[in-house]
Amino acid sequence: MAGNGNYNYTVVRQFTVMTVIWGVVGMLVGVVIAAQLLWPELNLDLPWFSYGRLRPLHTNAVIFAFGGCALFASSYYVVQRTCHVRLFAEKLASFTFWGWQAVIVLAAVTLPLGYTSGKEYAELEWPIDILIALVWVAYAVVFFGTVFKRRIEHIYVANWFFGAFILTVAVLHIVNSAAMPASFWKSYSAYAGAQDAMVQWWYGHNAVGFFLTAGFLGMMYYFVPKQAERPVYSYRLSVVHFWALIFTYMWAGPHHLHYTALPDWAQSLGMLFSLILLAPSWGGMINGIMTLSGAWHKLRTDPILKFLVVSLSFYGMSTFEGPMMSIKTVNALSHYTDWTIGHVHSGALGWVGFVTMGCMYHLIPRLFGRTEMYSMRLVNAHFWIATIGVVLYITAMWIAGVMQGLMWRGVSADGTLTYTFVESVKATYPFYAIRLAGGVLYLAGMLLMLYNMVKTITGAKSVEALIPAPAVAHA
Amino acid sequence: MESLYLLVPLSVAFVLLIGWVFRRALTGGQFDDLERHGHSILEEDEPLRDGEPGSSTAALDLNQESRPSGT
Repeated sequence: MAGNGNYNYTVVRQFTVMTVIWGVVGMLVGVVIAAQLLWPELNLDLPWFSYGRLRPLHTNAVIFAFGGCALFASSYYVVQRTCHVRLFAEKLASFTFWGWQAVIVLAAVTLPLGYTSGKEYAELEWPIDILIALVWVAYAVVFFGTVFKRRIEHIYVANWFFGAFILTVAVLHIVNSAAMPASFWKSYSAYAGAQDAMVQWWYGHNAVGFFLTAGFLGMMYYFVPKQAERPVYSYRLSVVHFWALIFTYMWAGPHHLHYTALPDWAQSLGMLFSLILLAPSWGGMINGIMTLSGAWHKLRTDPILKFLVVSLSFYGMSTFEGPMMSIKTVNALSHYTDWTIGHVHSGALGWVGFVTMGCMYHLIPRLFGRTEMYSMRLVNAHFWIATIGVVLYITAMWIAGVMQGLMWRGVSADGTLTYTFVESVKATYPFYAIRLAGGVLYLAGMLLMLYNMVKTITGAKSVEALIPAPAVAHA
Repeated sequence: MESLYLLVPLSVAFVLLIGWVFRRALTGGQFDDLERHGHSILEEDEPLRDGEPGSSTAALDLNQESRPSGT
Protein backbone atom coordinates (compact mmCIF):
# COMPACT_ATOMS: atom_id res chain seq x y z
CA MET A 1 0.00 0.00 0.00
CA ALA A 2 2.98 2.25 0.57
CA GLY A 3 3.43 4.97 -1.96
CA ASN A 4 -0.20 5.40 -2.88
CA GLY A 5 -0.71 8.14 -0.35
CA ASN A 6 -3.98 9.69 0.69
CA TYR A 7 -6.81 11.50 -0.99
CA ASN A 8 -6.88 15.22 -0.33
CA TYR A 9 -9.86 15.55 1.97
CA THR A 10 -8.78 18.89 3.44
CA VAL A 11 -10.27 21.01 0.67
CA VAL A 12 -13.35 18.75 0.55
CA ARG A 13 -13.84 19.27 4.29
CA GLN A 14 -13.50 23.05 3.95
CA PHE A 15 -16.09 23.27 1.20
CA THR A 16 -18.41 20.83 2.97
CA VAL A 17 -18.51 22.85 6.20
CA MET A 18 -19.00 26.10 4.29
CA THR A 19 -21.84 24.55 2.27
CA VAL A 20 -23.89 24.16 5.42
CA ILE A 21 -22.93 27.58 6.81
CA TRP A 22 -23.71 29.45 3.58
CA GLY A 23 -26.91 27.44 3.27
CA VAL A 24 -28.10 28.84 6.59
CA VAL A 25 -27.06 32.38 5.60
CA GLY A 26 -28.60 32.29 2.12
CA MET A 27 -31.88 30.79 3.31
CA LEU A 28 -32.06 33.27 6.19
CA VAL A 29 -31.84 36.13 3.68
CA GLY A 30 -34.56 34.37 1.67
CA VAL A 31 -36.82 34.28 4.72
CA VAL A 32 -36.13 37.98 5.37
CA ILE A 33 -37.15 39.02 1.85
CA ALA A 34 -40.21 36.74 1.95
CA ALA A 35 -41.20 38.56 5.15
CA GLN A 36 -40.55 41.92 3.48
CA LEU A 37 -43.03 41.04 0.73
CA LEU A 38 -45.59 40.32 3.44
CA TRP A 39 -44.66 43.29 5.65
CA PRO A 40 -42.98 45.98 3.53
CA GLU A 41 -42.18 47.94 6.71
CA LEU A 42 -39.42 45.39 7.30
CA ASN A 43 -37.35 47.36 4.80
CA LEU A 44 -36.74 49.47 7.94
CA ASP A 45 -36.12 52.49 5.69
CA LEU A 46 -32.52 51.32 5.37
CA PRO A 47 -31.40 51.29 1.72
CA TRP A 48 -29.01 48.34 2.23
CA PHE A 49 -31.73 46.33 3.97
CA SER A 50 -34.35 46.90 1.29
CA TYR A 51 -35.86 44.11 -0.80
CA GLY A 52 -34.23 45.19 -4.05
CA ARG A 53 -30.74 44.86 -2.63
CA LEU A 54 -31.28 41.76 -0.49
CA ARG A 55 -32.95 39.74 -3.25
CA PRO A 56 -29.77 39.38 -5.36
CA LEU A 57 -27.90 38.66 -2.13
CA HIS A 58 -30.30 35.78 -1.49
CA THR A 59 -30.00 34.31 -4.99
CA ASN A 60 -26.21 34.66 -5.05
CA ALA A 61 -25.86 33.17 -1.57
CA VAL A 62 -28.00 30.10 -2.19
CA ILE A 63 -26.86 29.41 -5.76
CA PHE A 64 -23.18 30.29 -5.71
CA ALA A 65 -22.28 30.08 -2.01
CA PHE A 66 -24.42 27.12 -0.86
CA GLY A 67 -24.72 25.34 -4.22
CA GLY A 68 -21.23 26.32 -5.36
CA CYS A 69 -19.48 25.06 -2.22
CA ALA A 70 -21.47 21.81 -2.47
CA LEU A 71 -20.34 21.36 -6.07
CA PHE A 72 -16.69 22.06 -5.24
CA ALA A 73 -16.79 19.67 -2.27
CA SER A 74 -18.52 16.82 -4.07
CA SER A 75 -16.62 17.14 -7.35
CA TYR A 76 -13.23 17.13 -5.55
CA TYR A 77 -14.34 14.12 -3.50
CA VAL A 78 -15.82 12.17 -6.40
CA VAL A 79 -13.06 12.84 -8.91
CA GLN A 80 -10.39 11.61 -6.48
CA ARG A 81 -12.29 8.53 -5.35
CA THR A 82 -13.35 7.42 -8.84
CA CYS A 83 -9.96 8.11 -10.43
CA HIS A 84 -7.94 6.67 -7.52
CA VAL A 85 -5.55 9.61 -7.43
CA ARG A 86 -4.91 12.57 -5.18
CA LEU A 87 -6.01 16.00 -6.44
CA PHE A 88 -3.86 17.59 -9.12
CA ALA A 89 -2.29 20.98 -8.20
CA GLU A 90 -3.33 21.07 -4.56
CA LYS A 91 -2.21 24.65 -4.02
CA LEU A 92 -4.59 25.69 -6.78
CA ALA A 93 -7.33 23.64 -5.10
CA SER A 94 -6.66 25.56 -1.90
CA PHE A 95 -6.81 28.79 -3.93
CA THR A 96 -10.24 27.81 -5.27
CA PHE A 97 -11.47 27.50 -1.69
CA TRP A 98 -10.14 30.82 -0.41
CA GLY A 99 -10.85 32.60 -3.70
CA TRP A 100 -14.45 31.38 -3.74
CA GLN A 101 -14.98 32.44 -0.13
CA ALA A 102 -13.55 35.87 -1.02
CA VAL A 103 -16.04 36.13 -3.90
CA ILE A 104 -18.90 35.30 -1.53
CA VAL A 105 -17.82 37.81 1.10
CA LEU A 106 -17.35 40.51 -1.55
CA ALA A 107 -20.84 39.74 -2.87
CA ALA A 108 -22.27 39.99 0.64
CA VAL A 109 -20.74 43.47 1.00
CA THR A 110 -21.22 44.98 -2.47
CA LEU A 111 -24.78 43.82 -3.20
CA PRO A 112 -26.38 45.44 -0.11
CA LEU A 113 -24.35 48.58 -0.89
CA GLY A 114 -26.11 48.69 -4.25
CA TYR A 115 -23.18 47.82 -6.53
CA THR A 116 -24.76 45.72 -9.25
CA SER A 117 -24.47 45.15 -12.96
CA GLY A 118 -28.23 44.55 -13.02
CA LYS A 119 -27.92 41.16 -14.73
CA GLU A 120 -29.93 38.50 -12.95
CA TYR A 121 -27.72 35.82 -11.33
CA ALA A 122 -24.70 37.77 -12.64
CA GLU A 123 -25.10 40.93 -10.54
CA LEU A 124 -21.53 41.14 -9.28
CA GLU A 125 -19.43 44.00 -10.64
CA TRP A 126 -16.41 43.55 -12.87
CA PRO A 127 -13.59 43.31 -10.28
CA ILE A 128 -15.41 40.39 -8.61
CA ASP A 129 -16.20 38.89 -12.03
CA ILE A 130 -12.48 38.77 -12.76
CA LEU A 131 -11.82 36.99 -9.45
CA ILE A 132 -14.59 34.49 -10.29
CA ALA A 133 -12.99 33.82 -13.68
CA LEU A 134 -9.58 33.21 -12.02
CA VAL A 135 -11.05 30.85 -9.44
CA TRP A 136 -12.96 29.01 -12.14
CA VAL A 137 -9.92 28.52 -14.35
CA ALA A 138 -8.05 27.16 -11.31
CA TYR A 139 -11.00 24.84 -10.63
CA ALA A 140 -10.87 23.56 -14.22
CA VAL A 141 -7.10 22.96 -13.98
CA VAL A 142 -7.48 21.02 -10.70
CA PHE A 143 -10.44 18.96 -11.90
CA PHE A 144 -9.26 18.09 -15.40
CA GLY A 145 -5.68 17.64 -14.17
CA THR A 146 -6.97 15.04 -11.72
CA VAL A 147 -8.97 13.30 -14.46
CA PHE A 148 -5.92 13.22 -16.74
CA LYS A 149 -3.65 11.65 -14.13
CA ARG A 150 -6.28 9.04 -13.15
CA ARG A 151 -5.25 5.45 -12.42
CA ILE A 152 -8.60 4.01 -13.50
CA GLU A 153 -9.03 3.80 -17.24
CA HIS A 154 -12.77 4.38 -17.23
CA ILE A 155 -14.02 7.88 -16.39
CA TYR A 156 -17.06 7.43 -14.15
CA VAL A 157 -20.18 9.16 -15.49
CA ALA A 158 -20.36 11.64 -12.57
CA ASN A 159 -17.05 13.12 -13.74
CA TRP A 160 -18.47 13.77 -17.20
CA PHE A 161 -21.27 15.79 -15.64
CA PHE A 162 -18.87 17.72 -13.39
CA GLY A 163 -16.53 18.35 -16.32
CA ALA A 164 -19.29 19.68 -18.58
CA PHE A 165 -20.52 21.90 -15.75
CA ILE A 166 -17.07 23.40 -15.10
CA LEU A 167 -16.27 24.01 -18.76
CA THR A 168 -19.63 25.50 -19.71
CA VAL A 169 -19.92 27.78 -16.68
CA ALA A 170 -16.49 29.22 -17.53
CA VAL A 171 -17.64 30.16 -21.04
CA LEU A 172 -21.06 31.42 -19.87
CA HIS A 173 -19.54 33.61 -17.19
CA ILE A 174 -16.90 35.15 -19.43
CA VAL A 175 -19.27 35.89 -22.35
CA ASN A 176 -22.10 37.29 -20.22
CA SER A 177 -19.89 39.35 -17.92
CA ALA A 178 -18.07 41.12 -20.76
CA ALA A 179 -18.34 44.78 -19.79
CA MET A 180 -16.65 48.15 -20.07
CA PRO A 181 -15.66 49.49 -16.62
CA ALA A 182 -16.63 53.10 -15.98
CA SER A 183 -15.17 53.14 -12.47
CA PHE A 184 -14.07 50.56 -9.92
CA TRP A 185 -17.63 49.60 -8.95
CA LYS A 186 -19.49 50.51 -12.13
CA SER A 187 -19.44 49.00 -15.60
CA TYR A 188 -21.58 48.85 -18.71
CA SER A 189 -22.44 45.60 -20.49
CA ALA A 190 -20.73 44.94 -23.80
CA TYR A 191 -24.19 44.32 -25.30
CA ALA A 192 -27.18 46.65 -25.54
CA GLY A 193 -30.96 46.34 -25.50
CA ALA A 194 -32.48 43.11 -26.80
CA GLN A 195 -28.96 41.88 -27.59
CA ASP A 196 -28.11 42.15 -23.92
CA ALA A 197 -31.32 40.37 -22.94
CA MET A 198 -30.53 37.51 -25.34
CA VAL A 199 -26.99 37.09 -23.99
CA GLN A 200 -28.24 37.44 -20.42
CA TRP A 201 -30.79 34.63 -20.77
CA TRP A 202 -28.49 32.49 -22.84
CA TYR A 203 -26.30 32.76 -19.72
CA GLY A 204 -29.18 32.62 -17.26
CA HIS A 205 -30.81 29.48 -18.52
CA ASN A 206 -27.57 27.66 -19.19
CA ALA A 207 -26.49 28.54 -15.66
CA VAL A 208 -29.63 26.70 -14.54
CA GLY A 209 -28.80 23.90 -16.96
CA PHE A 210 -25.16 23.43 -16.16
CA PHE A 211 -24.62 24.90 -12.68
CA LEU A 212 -27.87 23.77 -11.07
CA THR A 213 -28.52 20.67 -13.18
CA ALA A 214 -25.43 19.04 -14.72
CA GLY A 215 -23.28 19.65 -11.64
CA PHE A 216 -25.87 18.29 -9.25
CA LEU A 217 -26.56 15.34 -11.55
CA GLY A 218 -22.88 14.51 -11.13
CA MET A 219 -23.49 14.45 -7.37
CA MET A 220 -26.60 12.35 -7.88
CA TYR A 221 -24.84 9.71 -10.01
CA TYR A 222 -22.22 9.12 -7.34
CA PHE A 223 -24.03 9.60 -4.04
CA VAL A 224 -27.36 7.88 -4.84
CA PRO A 225 -25.66 4.56 -5.74
CA LYS A 226 -23.27 4.93 -2.78
CA GLN A 227 -26.01 5.60 -0.27
CA ALA A 228 -28.31 2.93 -1.74
CA GLU A 229 -25.33 0.53 -1.93
CA ARG A 230 -26.47 -0.48 -5.38
CA PRO A 231 -25.09 0.40 -8.81
CA VAL A 232 -27.05 2.95 -10.81
CA TYR A 233 -30.13 1.33 -12.41
CA SER A 234 -28.73 1.53 -15.95
CA TYR A 235 -25.20 2.78 -16.44
CA ARG A 236 -25.85 2.81 -20.18
CA LEU A 237 -28.80 5.15 -19.67
CA SER A 238 -26.67 7.46 -17.50
CA VAL A 239 -24.18 7.85 -20.36
CA VAL A 240 -27.01 8.48 -22.85
CA HIS A 241 -28.51 10.96 -20.36
CA PHE A 242 -25.25 12.90 -20.25
CA TRP A 243 -24.67 13.22 -23.98
CA ALA A 244 -28.33 13.90 -24.79
CA LEU A 245 -28.49 16.62 -22.12
CA ILE A 246 -25.38 18.51 -23.15
CA PHE A 247 -26.09 18.26 -26.89
CA THR A 248 -29.55 19.80 -26.48
CA TYR A 249 -29.28 22.22 -23.55
CA MET A 250 -27.69 25.30 -25.08
CA TRP A 251 -30.71 26.91 -26.78
CA ALA A 252 -33.42 26.85 -24.14
CA GLY A 253 -32.64 30.40 -22.94
CA PRO A 254 -35.01 32.38 -25.20
CA HIS A 255 -38.03 30.94 -23.34
CA HIS A 256 -37.26 33.59 -20.71
CA LEU A 257 -38.02 36.23 -23.34
CA HIS A 258 -41.37 35.14 -24.77
CA TYR A 259 -43.45 38.05 -26.11
CA THR A 260 -40.56 40.52 -25.88
CA ALA A 261 -38.49 42.36 -28.49
CA LEU A 262 -36.65 39.10 -29.22
CA PRO A 263 -37.42 37.85 -32.77
CA ASP A 264 -40.37 35.47 -32.86
CA TRP A 265 -38.37 32.65 -34.44
CA ALA A 266 -35.81 32.81 -31.62
CA GLN A 267 -38.61 32.52 -29.06
CA SER A 268 -40.07 29.50 -30.83
CA LEU A 269 -36.63 27.92 -31.11
CA GLY A 270 -36.17 28.35 -27.36
CA MET A 271 -39.54 26.75 -26.73
CA LEU A 272 -38.72 23.81 -29.02
CA PHE A 273 -35.39 23.09 -27.34
CA SER A 274 -37.01 23.40 -23.91
CA LEU A 275 -39.58 20.76 -24.87
CA ILE A 276 -36.88 18.43 -26.19
CA LEU A 277 -35.12 18.66 -22.81
CA LEU A 278 -37.94 16.76 -21.14
CA ALA A 279 -36.66 13.48 -22.62
CA PRO A 280 -33.09 13.37 -21.25
CA SER A 281 -34.23 14.94 -17.97
CA TRP A 282 -36.82 12.26 -17.29
CA GLY A 283 -34.43 9.54 -18.44
CA GLY A 284 -32.03 10.67 -15.74
CA MET A 285 -34.73 11.04 -13.12
CA ILE A 286 -36.09 7.53 -13.75
CA ASN A 287 -32.54 6.16 -13.78
CA GLY A 288 -31.83 7.68 -10.37
CA ILE A 289 -35.05 6.57 -8.75
CA MET A 290 -34.94 3.05 -10.24
CA THR A 291 -31.50 2.61 -8.66
CA LEU A 292 -33.54 1.76 -5.58
CA SER A 293 -35.53 -0.98 -7.32
CA GLY A 294 -35.24 -4.06 -5.15
CA ALA A 295 -34.14 -1.94 -2.21
CA TRP A 296 -37.17 0.24 -1.64
CA HIS A 297 -37.31 -0.92 2.00
CA LYS A 298 -34.19 1.15 2.67
CA LEU A 299 -36.31 4.27 2.25
CA ARG A 300 -38.14 3.39 5.46
CA THR A 301 -35.04 3.54 7.60
CA ASP A 302 -32.52 5.75 5.83
CA PRO A 303 -33.36 9.47 5.95
CA ILE A 304 -30.34 10.32 3.74
CA LEU A 305 -31.82 8.14 1.02
CA LYS A 306 -35.15 9.90 1.55
CA PHE A 307 -33.47 13.23 0.80
CA LEU A 308 -31.88 11.83 -2.37
CA VAL A 309 -34.98 10.11 -3.72
CA VAL A 310 -37.29 13.04 -2.99
CA SER A 311 -34.77 15.35 -4.68
CA LEU A 312 -35.10 13.21 -7.81
CA SER A 313 -38.89 13.43 -7.60
CA PHE A 314 -38.63 17.21 -7.52
CA TYR A 315 -36.12 17.08 -10.39
CA GLY A 316 -38.73 15.16 -12.38
CA MET A 317 -41.50 17.57 -11.42
CA SER A 318 -39.60 20.74 -12.25
CA THR A 319 -38.20 19.36 -15.51
CA PHE A 320 -41.77 18.59 -16.54
CA GLU A 321 -43.09 21.95 -15.35
CA GLY A 322 -40.27 23.89 -17.04
CA PRO A 323 -40.85 22.66 -20.61
CA MET A 324 -44.59 23.10 -20.07
CA MET A 325 -44.11 26.73 -18.97
CA SER A 326 -41.89 27.36 -21.99
CA ILE A 327 -44.86 26.67 -24.31
CA LYS A 328 -45.80 30.14 -25.48
CA THR A 329 -49.52 29.87 -24.73
CA VAL A 330 -48.82 28.62 -21.19
CA ASN A 331 -46.13 31.26 -20.80
CA ALA A 332 -48.65 33.96 -21.70
CA LEU A 333 -50.37 33.07 -18.44
CA SER A 334 -47.38 32.24 -16.25
CA HIS A 335 -44.85 34.89 -17.26
CA TYR A 336 -44.13 37.61 -14.66
CA THR A 337 -46.33 35.85 -12.08
CA ASP A 338 -45.35 34.06 -8.87
CA TRP A 339 -45.77 30.74 -10.71
CA THR A 340 -42.24 31.32 -12.00
CA ILE A 341 -41.02 31.79 -8.42
CA GLY A 342 -42.78 28.55 -7.46
CA HIS A 343 -41.18 26.71 -10.38
CA VAL A 344 -37.70 27.98 -9.49
CA HIS A 345 -38.09 26.94 -5.86
CA SER A 346 -39.46 23.52 -6.76
CA GLY A 347 -36.13 23.02 -8.49
CA ALA A 348 -33.99 24.93 -6.00
CA LEU A 349 -35.45 23.77 -2.68
CA GLY A 350 -36.68 20.38 -3.85
CA TRP A 351 -33.98 19.23 -6.26
CA VAL A 352 -30.77 21.20 -5.61
CA GLY A 353 -31.34 21.66 -1.87
CA PHE A 354 -32.37 18.10 -1.10
CA VAL A 355 -29.71 16.40 -3.20
CA THR A 356 -27.10 18.65 -1.54
CA MET A 357 -28.36 17.87 1.95
CA GLY A 358 -28.36 14.14 1.19
CA CYS A 359 -24.79 14.32 -0.12
CA MET A 360 -23.56 16.41 2.80
CA TYR A 361 -25.10 14.01 5.32
CA HIS A 362 -23.29 11.21 3.48
CA LEU A 363 -20.00 13.14 3.35
CA ILE A 364 -19.70 14.77 6.78
CA PRO A 365 -19.24 11.56 8.83
CA ARG A 366 -16.82 10.11 6.26
CA LEU A 367 -14.65 13.23 6.27
CA PHE A 368 -14.44 13.36 10.06
CA GLY A 369 -13.98 9.68 10.91
CA ARG A 370 -17.48 9.02 12.19
CA THR A 371 -19.72 6.15 11.16
CA GLU A 372 -22.75 8.38 10.86
CA MET A 373 -24.12 11.79 11.79
CA TYR A 374 -24.38 12.72 15.48
CA SER A 375 -28.15 12.21 15.34
CA MET A 376 -29.96 10.35 12.57
CA ARG A 377 -33.23 11.29 14.24
CA LEU A 378 -32.40 14.94 13.55
CA VAL A 379 -31.63 14.07 9.92
CA ASN A 380 -35.05 12.47 9.71
CA ALA A 381 -36.67 15.50 11.38
CA HIS A 382 -34.83 17.77 8.93
CA PHE A 383 -36.20 15.74 6.03
CA TRP A 384 -39.83 16.04 7.11
CA ILE A 385 -39.64 19.70 8.16
CA ALA A 386 -37.98 20.62 4.87
CA THR A 387 -40.44 18.56 2.82
CA ILE A 388 -43.44 20.28 4.42
CA GLY A 389 -41.69 23.62 3.86
CA VAL A 390 -41.16 22.99 0.14
CA VAL A 391 -44.73 21.79 -0.38
CA LEU A 392 -46.17 24.86 1.37
CA TYR A 393 -43.87 27.14 -0.61
CA ILE A 394 -44.55 25.80 -4.09
CA THR A 395 -48.28 25.23 -3.74
CA ALA A 396 -48.72 28.79 -2.43
CA MET A 397 -46.79 30.16 -5.39
CA TRP A 398 -48.65 28.00 -7.92
CA ILE A 399 -52.02 29.21 -6.71
CA ALA A 400 -50.84 32.82 -6.44
CA GLY A 401 -49.26 32.68 -9.89
CA VAL A 402 -52.21 31.25 -11.77
CA MET A 403 -54.52 33.65 -9.94
CA GLN A 404 -52.35 36.65 -10.87
CA GLY A 405 -52.18 35.52 -14.50
CA LEU A 406 -55.95 35.15 -14.70
CA MET A 407 -56.61 38.49 -12.98
CA TRP A 408 -54.18 40.39 -15.22
CA ARG A 409 -55.77 39.06 -18.40
CA GLY A 410 -59.36 39.45 -17.17
CA VAL A 411 -61.31 41.74 -19.52
CA SER A 412 -64.81 43.11 -18.85
CA ALA A 413 -67.62 43.20 -21.41
CA ASP A 414 -66.88 46.84 -22.15
CA GLY A 415 -63.28 46.01 -23.05
CA THR A 416 -61.61 47.41 -19.92
CA LEU A 417 -59.41 45.39 -17.57
CA THR A 418 -61.46 43.71 -14.86
CA TYR A 419 -58.86 44.13 -12.15
CA THR A 420 -56.36 46.81 -11.27
CA PHE A 421 -52.81 45.61 -10.60
CA VAL A 422 -53.06 46.43 -6.91
CA GLU A 423 -56.11 44.18 -6.60
CA SER A 424 -53.97 41.25 -7.72
CA VAL A 425 -51.33 42.23 -5.14
CA LYS A 426 -53.98 42.28 -2.45
CA ALA A 427 -55.30 38.87 -3.52
CA THR A 428 -51.76 37.47 -3.35
CA TYR A 429 -51.27 38.59 0.25
CA PRO A 430 -52.35 35.36 2.05
CA PHE A 431 -50.14 33.29 -0.24
CA TYR A 432 -47.13 35.40 0.71
CA ALA A 433 -47.84 34.42 4.31
CA ILE A 434 -47.98 30.71 3.41
CA ARG A 435 -44.79 31.07 1.38
CA LEU A 436 -43.06 32.70 4.37
CA ALA A 437 -44.18 29.81 6.59
CA GLY A 438 -42.74 27.33 4.09
CA GLY A 439 -39.46 29.25 3.98
CA VAL A 440 -39.23 29.40 7.79
CA LEU A 441 -39.67 25.61 7.94
CA TYR A 442 -37.02 25.05 5.30
CA LEU A 443 -34.60 27.33 7.20
CA ALA A 444 -35.43 25.55 10.47
CA GLY A 445 -34.42 22.25 8.85
CA MET A 446 -31.15 23.82 7.76
CA LEU A 447 -30.48 25.01 11.32
CA LEU A 448 -30.97 21.41 12.52
CA MET A 449 -28.41 20.38 9.93
CA LEU A 450 -25.92 22.98 11.19
CA TYR A 451 -26.38 21.82 14.79
CA ASN A 452 -26.05 18.18 13.73
CA MET A 453 -22.89 18.95 11.77
CA VAL A 454 -21.28 20.85 14.66
CA LYS A 455 -22.05 18.00 17.08
CA THR A 456 -20.71 15.44 14.57
CA ILE A 457 -17.38 17.14 13.99
CA THR A 458 -16.78 18.37 17.55
CA GLY A 459 -13.95 16.27 18.96
CA ALA A 460 -13.65 14.35 15.69
CA LYS A 461 -10.35 14.07 13.91
CA SER A 462 -9.91 14.83 10.26
CA VAL A 463 -9.65 11.67 8.18
CA GLU A 464 -7.29 11.15 5.27
CA ALA A 465 -8.52 8.12 3.35
CA LEU A 466 -5.90 5.93 1.74
CA ILE A 467 -5.84 5.55 -2.03
CA PRO A 468 -6.40 1.89 -2.98
CA ALA A 469 -3.38 -0.08 -4.21
CA PRO A 470 -2.94 -0.43 -7.99
CA ALA A 471 -4.04 -4.06 -7.82
CA VAL A 472 -7.50 -2.86 -6.86
CA ALA A 473 -7.39 -0.37 -9.67
CA HIS A 474 -9.02 -2.68 -12.14
CA ALA A 475 -8.97 -1.41 -15.68
CA MET B 1 -29.98 40.52 -33.43
CA GLU B 2 -26.22 40.92 -33.71
CA SER B 3 -25.71 39.02 -30.47
CA LEU B 4 -26.71 35.87 -32.33
CA TYR B 5 -23.59 36.27 -34.46
CA LEU B 6 -21.72 35.56 -31.24
CA LEU B 7 -24.03 33.03 -29.62
CA VAL B 8 -24.79 30.84 -32.65
CA PRO B 9 -21.13 30.28 -33.63
CA LEU B 10 -20.35 29.69 -29.96
CA SER B 11 -23.04 27.02 -29.77
CA VAL B 12 -21.87 25.45 -33.03
CA ALA B 13 -18.32 25.41 -31.66
CA PHE B 14 -19.64 23.77 -28.51
CA VAL B 15 -21.51 21.09 -30.44
CA LEU B 16 -18.42 20.38 -32.55
CA LEU B 17 -16.31 20.18 -29.40
CA ILE B 18 -18.83 17.89 -27.71
CA GLY B 19 -18.99 15.75 -30.85
CA TRP B 20 -15.20 15.51 -30.97
CA VAL B 21 -14.93 14.57 -27.28
CA PHE B 22 -17.75 12.05 -27.71
CA ARG B 23 -16.04 10.46 -30.70
CA ARG B 24 -12.72 10.28 -28.89
CA ALA B 25 -14.34 8.72 -25.83
CA LEU B 26 -16.16 6.24 -28.05
CA THR B 27 -13.10 5.14 -30.04
CA GLY B 28 -10.95 5.28 -26.91
CA GLY B 29 -13.01 2.49 -25.38
CA GLN B 30 -14.68 4.53 -22.63
CA PHE B 31 -18.06 3.04 -23.40
CA ASP B 32 -17.05 -0.49 -24.44
CA ASP B 33 -18.40 -2.21 -21.35
CA LEU B 34 -21.20 -0.10 -19.97
CA GLU B 35 -22.67 -2.56 -17.54
CA ARG B 36 -19.60 -3.23 -15.41
CA HIS B 37 -18.62 0.34 -14.66
CA GLY B 38 -21.74 1.08 -12.68
CA HIS B 39 -20.46 -1.37 -10.07
CA SER B 40 -16.96 0.05 -9.86
CA ILE B 41 -17.74 2.83 -7.39
CA LEU B 42 -19.18 0.28 -4.97
CA GLU B 43 -16.18 -2.03 -5.19
CA GLU B 44 -13.58 0.48 -4.10
CA ASP B 45 -12.17 -0.04 -0.66
CA GLU B 46 -12.46 2.73 1.79
CA PRO B 47 -9.43 2.03 3.94
CA LEU B 48 -8.60 4.42 6.72
CA ARG B 49 -4.90 4.48 7.40
CA ASP B 50 -4.01 2.30 10.41
CA GLY B 51 -3.37 4.30 13.52
CA GLU B 52 -4.84 7.37 11.92
CA PRO B 53 -7.02 9.22 14.41
CA GLY B 54 -10.59 8.48 13.58
CA SER B 55 -9.86 5.18 11.87
CA SER B 56 -12.14 3.38 14.24
CA THR B 57 -12.74 -0.27 13.49
CA ALA B 58 -16.42 0.52 13.65
CA ALA B 59 -16.03 2.66 10.57
CA LEU B 60 -14.27 -0.14 8.77
CA ASP B 61 -16.83 -2.72 9.82
CA LEU B 62 -19.66 -0.57 8.58
CA ASN B 63 -17.99 -0.23 5.23
CA GLN B 64 -17.29 -3.93 5.01
CA GLU B 65 -20.81 -5.05 5.67
CA SER B 66 -22.11 -2.45 3.29
CA ARG B 67 -20.68 -4.39 0.33
CA PRO B 68 -23.46 -5.44 -2.00
CA SER B 69 -23.72 -9.19 -2.07
CA GLY B 70 -22.80 -10.98 -5.24
CA THR B 71 -20.14 -8.57 -6.43
